[in-house]
Amino acid sequence: MILTQQLILGLLVGGLYGLAAAGLSLTFGVLRVLNVAHGELLMLGGYGTFWLFTLWHIDPFLSLLGVAPAMFALGLLLYAALFRFVVKAHEELRIKNSLLIGFGLTLVLHALAIRLWSADERSVTPAYAGAVFRLGPFAVPLLRLSSLVFAFAILAALHLYLAKTRWGRAIRATAEDWEAAALMGIPVGRTYLLAFALGTALAGIAGGLVSISYSISPSIGMEWTLKALIVVVLSGLGSLFGSFAGGILLGLAEAMSVVFLGGPYREVVGLILFIVVLVVRPQGLFGARA
Amino acid sequence: MKSLGAGIALAASFAALPLLTTRNDLLNLCVQIFLAVILAQSWNLLGGYAGQINLGHAAFFGLGALVTRTLWVGGTPLIVALFPGALVAMLFGLIIGVPAFRLRGAYFAIGTLGLAEILRITIGNLLPEISTIRASELASYNTLPRYYLTLALAVLSVATVALLVPSRVGLGIRAVREDEAAAEASGVSALRHKLLALALSTALAGLAGGAFAYYHVSYYPQHTFSPVWTFDAVLMSFIGGVGTVHGPVLGALFYVILREVLAVRWVEFHLIIFGVLFMLVVLFFPGGLIEAWQRVRRLIARSS
Repeated sequence: MILTQQLILGLLVGGLYGLAAAGLSLTFGVLRVLNVAHGELLMLGGYGTFWLFTLWHIDPFLSLLGVAPAMFALGLLLYAALFRFVVKAHEELRIKNSLLIGFGLTLVLHALAIRLWSADERSVTPAYAGAVFRLGPFAVPLLRLSSLVFAFAILAALHLYLAKTRWGRAIRATAEDWEAAALMGIPVGRTYLLAFALGTALAGIAGGLVSISYSISPSIGMEWTLKALIVVVLSGLGSLFGSFAGGILLGLAEAMSVVFLGGPYREVVGLILFIVVLVVRPQGLFGARA
Repeated sequence: MKSLGAGIALAASFAALPLLTTRNDLLNLCVQIFLAVILAQSWNLLGGYAGQINLGHAAFFGLGALVTRTLWVGGTPLIVALFPGALVAMLFGLIIGVPAFRLRGAYFAIGTLGLAEILRITIGNLLPEISTIRASELASYNTLPRYYLTLALAVLSVATVALLVPSRVGLGIRAVREDEAAAEASGVSALRHKLLALALSTALAGLAGGAFAYYHVSYYPQHTFSPVWTFDAVLMSFIGGVGTVHGPVLGALFYVILREVLAVRWVEFHLIIFGVLFMLVVLFFPGGLIEAWQRVRRLIARSS
């Protein structure tokens, strides 16, 4: 009974883990850049939705139409200012430097957010915030369910974009082998720029949904970076739906740990899973690299 | 030789400082700097010389603090209590080192970050109460022994790195950083050298934690496991000059003093400045302040 209720909640939050991971997996898969500031970008998206709602009463789901392009633009800017220099190095140094740059970015964005918006926890509370959908004896919070559906829709749209369009194909080709892609006449630099901006926009949308269904504060960044990393390690790179499934798996695992070990250890279970998979299978549970 | 003389002179003048001034704020600032030197230098040993980015350094600092504090508050003399703290940190390092070193580059970094978070959350759940020293200790609390202890440990950590680097083992460690396959081919065991660097690095971090436990009157045990300790160590090492002996010392001095100056008016502001500086160093000045200083000196030498 309690277990089922917890599993429902785990499933709902898992969709957001999946969306957060999809952005990280996209930039890691395409650019071979591990941006550990992904959680901070998510936090910024969350504040975008929060302020649009608080200042101008814009419906939080509608606000994503503004947040996503704004975060896309921020992604362009960050790539041009920082990560452009990182991708010049060979692969191993590239990952290491991107990790360090992401780490510096984490500190700056976190400190900036505290200065600008204080350390308070915030969340968006539209009129329909408390609505609950009854499924027999179980309660399904409507907002979280909508967030899950929304997250899935975004990933499906992105999947179509990557599969069907010219630039989408360029992104996939670059992820597979950037040198071959360059030889085929794909502008690798611009593809990187696009993929990074898309990853940032995904983080922003995930953040918006987090501020709707849960809460945000300047210090949520690290937690969400770790969640996204856990999911990426669980599900491997290269598949958006793999990330989504991995996210849901993590959500369910956390739910079980809440029931059997108690709430405080919720975060620990995912991390242990993460370390075990890292050591045993560095290529991820669901295998296939891009 | 010149830098050895300069190092001894610097340490001696710090040792003489309490004879010249009794200003507690100045001595406390020095304690902060010394703690920062130990932390940065211990990170630098593994991160700079062995090339392993450890994002879980706080775990070892925290373990040292936890063990030393528990023993010391329980009545063990501090000097005795420091050793088990360093030992536990080192043993934990060695236990996780064997599987963790199977991970290359970034995976080692995120793996250690995850591990430190597991410890932080667990300690926070098990020991939620604030830790305060005994009333009798509190009545006789004196900054001076803390000052000399942290100074001695700072000298120890710098000396460890300075002696290790030019030695045969130190050469092996750097060879592994530059090219693992080539080092292995020349008969240098990569795993053994990385484990040795890890053992020294974590033992020093444990000592830093122990000194912190001795210095602070009260704190939450979870605080010593906070990722902030790792972040500070990484920032100081890189900004000063990672993979050099003086870099982390210079970085620690610069970091702590600027932080204290800025904290008077803007809390948290130092992180924005250091974060930006850090990114600039990683992208454009991989040698940090040390390298920047050498460039300036060469420019002056050439123009005169």
